[in-house]
Amino acid sequence: MNTIHPYLRLSGLEPLVVRPESNFVNVGERTNVTGSKQFARLIKENKFDEALVVALQQVENGAQIIDVNMDEGMIDSEAAMTKFINLIASEPNICKVPIMIDSSKWSVIEAGLKCIQGKAIVNSISMKEGEEKFIEQAEKCLMYGAAVVVMAFDEQGQADTIQRKVEICERAYKLLTTKVGFAPQDIIFDPNIFAVATGIEEHNNYAVDFIEATRIIKQKMPLVKVSGGVSNISFSFRGNDVVREAMHSVFLYYAIQAGMDMGIVNAGMIQVYDEIDKTLLELVEDVLLNRRADSTERLVTYAETIKSKGKVLVKDETWRQGTVEARLSHALVNGIIEYIDVDTEEARLKYGRPLHVIEGPLMSGMSVVGDLFGSGKMFLPQVVKSARVMKKAVAYLTPFIEEEKNSKQFSEESSAVKKILLATVKGDVHDIGKNIVGVVLGCNGYEIIDMGVMVPADKILQKAKEEQVDIIGLSGLITPSLDEMVHVAKEMDRQGFKIPLLIGGATTSRMHTAVKIAPGYQHDVVHVLDASKSVQVVGTLLSEDMRTTYSADVKKEYEDLRQSFANRKTEKDFLSIAEARKNKFQIDWSNYSVTPPKSTGARFFNNIKIKDIVPLIDWTPFFQAWEFKGKFPEIMEHPEWGDVAKGLYKDAIKLLETIVEQDWLGAKASFGFYKAYSEGDDVVVYDPEQRKEVRLNFLRQQSSKAAGQANMCLADFIAPKESGITDYIGAFAVTTGIRLDERVAIMQERLDDYQAIMIKALADRLAEALTEYVHMRVRQNYWGYAPNEQFLVEDLIHEKYQGIRPAPGYPACPDHTEKLKLFSLVDPDCKTTIQLTESLAMHPAASVCGWFFAHPEAKYFGVGKVYKDQVVDYASRKGISLEEAEKWLRPNLSYDL
Amino acid sequence: MKQAINAALHAAIQQRILLIDGAMGTMIQRYQLTEADYRGETFKNHTHDLKGNNDILSITKPEIIAAIHREYLEAGADIIETNTFSGTVIAQADYQLESAVDEINYQSALIAKREATAFTAKDPNKPRFVAGAIGPTNRTLSLSPDVNNPGYRAVTFDQVMQAYYQQTAALVKGGVDIILIETIFDTLNAKAAIFAVKQFFKDSGKELPIMISGTITDASGRTLSGQTLEAFYISIEHAKPFSVGINCALGAAEMRTHIEELNQIAACYISCYPNAGLPNAFGGYDETPESMCSIIDEWAEKGWVNIVGGCCGTTPDHIRHMAAHMKNYAPRPLPVIETV
Repeated sequence: MNTIHPYLRLSGLEPLVVRPESNFVNVGERTNVTGSKQFARLIKENKFDEALVVALQQVENGAQIIDVNMDEGMIDSEAAMTKFINLIASEPNICKVPIMIDSSKWSVIEAGLKCIQGKAIVNSISMKEGEEKFIEQAEKCLMYGAAVVVMAFDEQGQADTIQRKVEICERAYKLLTTKVGFAPQDIIFDPNIFAVATGIEEHNNYAVDFIEATRIIKQKMPLVKVSGGVSNISFSFRGNDVVREAMHSVFLYYAIQAGMDMGIVNAGMIQVYDEIDKTLLELVEDVLLNRRADSTERLVTYAETIKSKGKVLVKDETWRQGTVEARLSHALVNGIIEYIDVDTEEARLKYGRPLHVIEGPLMSGMSVVGDLFGSGKMFLPQVVKSARVMKKAVAYLTPFIEEEKNSKQFSEESSAVKKILLATVKGDVHDIGKNIVGVVLGCNGYEIIDMGVMVPADKILQKAKEEQVDIIGLSGLITPSLDEMVHVAKEMDRQGFKIPLLIGGATTSRMHTAVKIAPGYQHDVVHVLDASKSVQVVGTLLSEDMRTTYSADVKKEYEDLRQSFANRKTEKDFLSIAEARKNKFQIDWSNYSVTPPKSTGARFFNNIKIKDIVPLIDWTPFFQAWEFKGKFPEIMEHPEWGDVAKGLYKDAIKLLETIVEQDWLGAKASFGFYKAYSEGDDVVVYDPEQRKEVRLNFLRQQSSKAAGQANMCLADFIAPKESGITDYIGAFAVTTGIRLDERVAIMQERLDDYQAIMIKALADRLAEALTEYVHMRVRQNYWGYAPNEQFLVEDLIHEKYQGIRPAPGYPACPDHTEKLKLFSLVDPDCKTTIQLTESLAMHPAASVCGWFFAHPEAKYFGVGKVYKDQVVDYASRKGISLEEAEKWLRPNLSYDL
Repeated sequence: MKQAINAALHAAIQQRILLIDGAMGTMIQRYQLTEADYRGETFKNHTHDLKGNNDILSITKPEIIAAIHREYLEAGADIIETNTFSGTVIAQADYQLESAVDEINYQSALIAKREATAFTAKDPNKPRFVAGAIGPTNRTLSLSPDVNNPGYRAVTFDQVMQAYYQQTAALVKGGVDIILIETIFDTLNAKAAIFAVKQFFKDSGKELPIMISGTITDASGRTLSGQTLEAFYISIEHAKPFSVGINCALGAAEMRTHIEELNQIAACYISCYPNAGLPNAFGGYDETPESMCSIIDEWAEKGWVNIVGGCCGTTPDHIRHMAAHMKNYAPRPLPVIETV
């Protein structure tokens, strides 16, 4: 079991836990208008950017908390507090630390609290206006989730003696812990640090009073913290930093020993105790510890003898020694704006043209940012900050760009600020990601037109025209948004847009963009992974120099993606159908003896156990269905994707077991054998049940063949009428998809696409396995032309047996409409419960039908592309119109319609 | 009445790991509702499209919301969330439905409470609880939407706080047992919610347990507003939550380190309801109940969690699996809270 210790816990973006073993906690004091004239001036002059640099320096100098104070008569303190704290929130290097809201006005404190996501400290509340007000404010602090500094101040005034300090703190403690419900560790007492060495005798013991009061407070209330404004102590030595720094160190040395936990200090203004000049150390200790009556006088005298040396802040500036490109990159990655103008100027001189600086080193820097963000090494606020540095650099370059334009030297470049329209598509209300993209692009010098959420396509396009935007960016988080994006793309095309279309949002993908969206719009469509990538993409698309190449690269990339979806062959060199027929596959029928089937007509199995056909599964196509290349089982040892393949196989086996155990799928098979002869490219079949002939129409390969290779047609495998031989053809239809739809529906409803795809892929494999099973039984028993064959499963899969079973709609006989004839033969009463849809797909999908050809030389082939002459001939053989034939044979046509 | 339920909740969470329900949106999608469905009779002439405004279905299609609650209760959920993720005037402004906010929350609470009570009646040994869900809104208090003006905010603390106050009042009126502040992207929004809830408790004299659930958005391990998990926890600890946890954005696998960390630092109970994995290329969620459970099993075995369930992409099947698995593990004991 864990133990949670009663430590003061604070947070900015990161936690700050003050443990007993923690060192003294430095609270930065420079962002305080009462303590820093420089900071006060910046706020009064509304130079908040520079004021932020002050805050950043505090943190870089080691402040673990920063104190913010805006109490000044000439400043609207509430407004300034709100603005400054909100600005700090956009600076991750500052707001990583907790904030101390410092004001004597409650309204200012509350304004600050309303802007802080972390656990802050309120500095301060006290009982100076009585208990009631004190409790009310403390309760508010608790509601906002802030720790609180309590000043040793009551109705009588500020406590100056040890006794008063302790008394007031104890009284406050009791009220806070019993009446308000404050945790003791969230209470920080400030027992008042007052200036010593003022020349007034009563002040001489102030340091000692603080230190001793601290000791007692920590003894009596061990969980509370003690803090104080350290620089007060040296107020008399303003202007003499050497003395002040020594006083601060010495005071802290003793106060910390007594139990002081934290203090408001200028982290840059503390001397290391051990490095204080020994003479000075003794004089300072005399003053602080009130050891001699003349200690003040002695220190003042000494102070006049030392020349105060203004110290230069030491920061890690080694990065300044790199190349200009390295410096720009460093500044972008770290969000440092200090040197960006200087570096940008240097780069401008080096690169000759301002645009080349943007497109060169600045873009590469942003690309580093994007990569770090993508790999989780930077987080969003930092990226936003990097983008701001970028903006500064662009702002610096803008006048030079203008100048170029005015000089007409590069007049081809357009003058307007580039506009980007962003919208979350119709039906979707998610916009945080889109807003971030807007922010990041906005600070890169683009004008952002954000249309918000649920924006219909027509509104987007209307606005795009009105504003003459340069890019449209669509966002969406929910799945249906993908379709809406496709719609927008098509509309853009229809309305003649030419500007790039960017696609983003959690649900979008490069694949979907390539396959579904890009084909709808003939101009640039780019999927943008995240906000940081958007800068690069937009920058490139709007750059005259780079768009063409980039655009071509993306088009190629997307084309490759589409290729992996649909692989289409193109064949050349066709023979006329007459020539092709001359090169038919030759079988010497005179030496062939037909094995008659044991019976003709249709018959069926309907008591098939899935369990029995599982061993006949051919797994290689299963992996192909999941877009794995390679053969089973070798595929599971593949160095790159072997592990994934293994996982997939494991999942498949598991699901198969469930299918068998839970009886999730039903199977049926129907088949029959018929007397047949071939006539040209047709096979004429006698159906004994309907007592009529059925003419099957096949297609012939028309591509020009190498010597010795035939232009195949399935009819070649059946004895021709003129041979006088009584030949046979078989037909079959099987399904393992009974109850498949219900199961898939259940899985899909659970949005379990993986299982849904898996079960479909498995059902397909089972249908093939059942076909294998039926075929085997047919060869061995029912037709019985190979009664003694003995094959291993692998041999079956490699089709080592005699005869083939091509399926209508597949390469050897690509016309799906032949299924109508097949079904009329084999399954006139739908015994296998397979339905044919209007487009002649079999339903359930896990079904297979086909013809059995028994001739030992029968083999599989693909018809491939067919010329118009064959299509015309085919239509007339089949007794349908040319249009009808072309409709069904569309994928095989060698010509465009 | 409320006190009895509260006592039952505390008793239950000490005995076992409790199940919170799975995704509402995912379940609603199954119904493939049309714009007309969303509008119903009540809003048939509304001036703005309502499709996608799932919260409004508590008014226009209450039977669907009730059916979804029932599915989760049947699956074994101890806690069901009201259909009020976007039930604030801020979020509903997108649909120009600010005026419906009270009714959305009140009706959603009524529906959930009715279903939960029915299940409790069937098996009093397994009492069911209703958590009034308070979502993040679609505005952030810590981030500026305008980079040229990083000090700018699209909304104020007071606006957000008041919106949450209104939502809380209507949820409590409808009878929720727990207040659940969830899917926290921006901790300052959550702090406004905590403020509102506490203020409502003060004003009404009613006090309910508060569950708090933040969202770690990506591999950085931080919230959208940039906080680390511990910083987030420290920032909301003053709510004195019944439980704290994380939900959404990540799948269980990605949440593991965060739950482990939370176990170290949280003084209250711990909840976790991940998405069904990370979204796939087409926006769906693939993680099966089995694989999700196998990850959560480890946390339960290590004693890291008190409340588990699912967020986007999870279904009653996921919850059913978890319920079956969680039976085998003891809940995380509360840590020792040192006071000296």
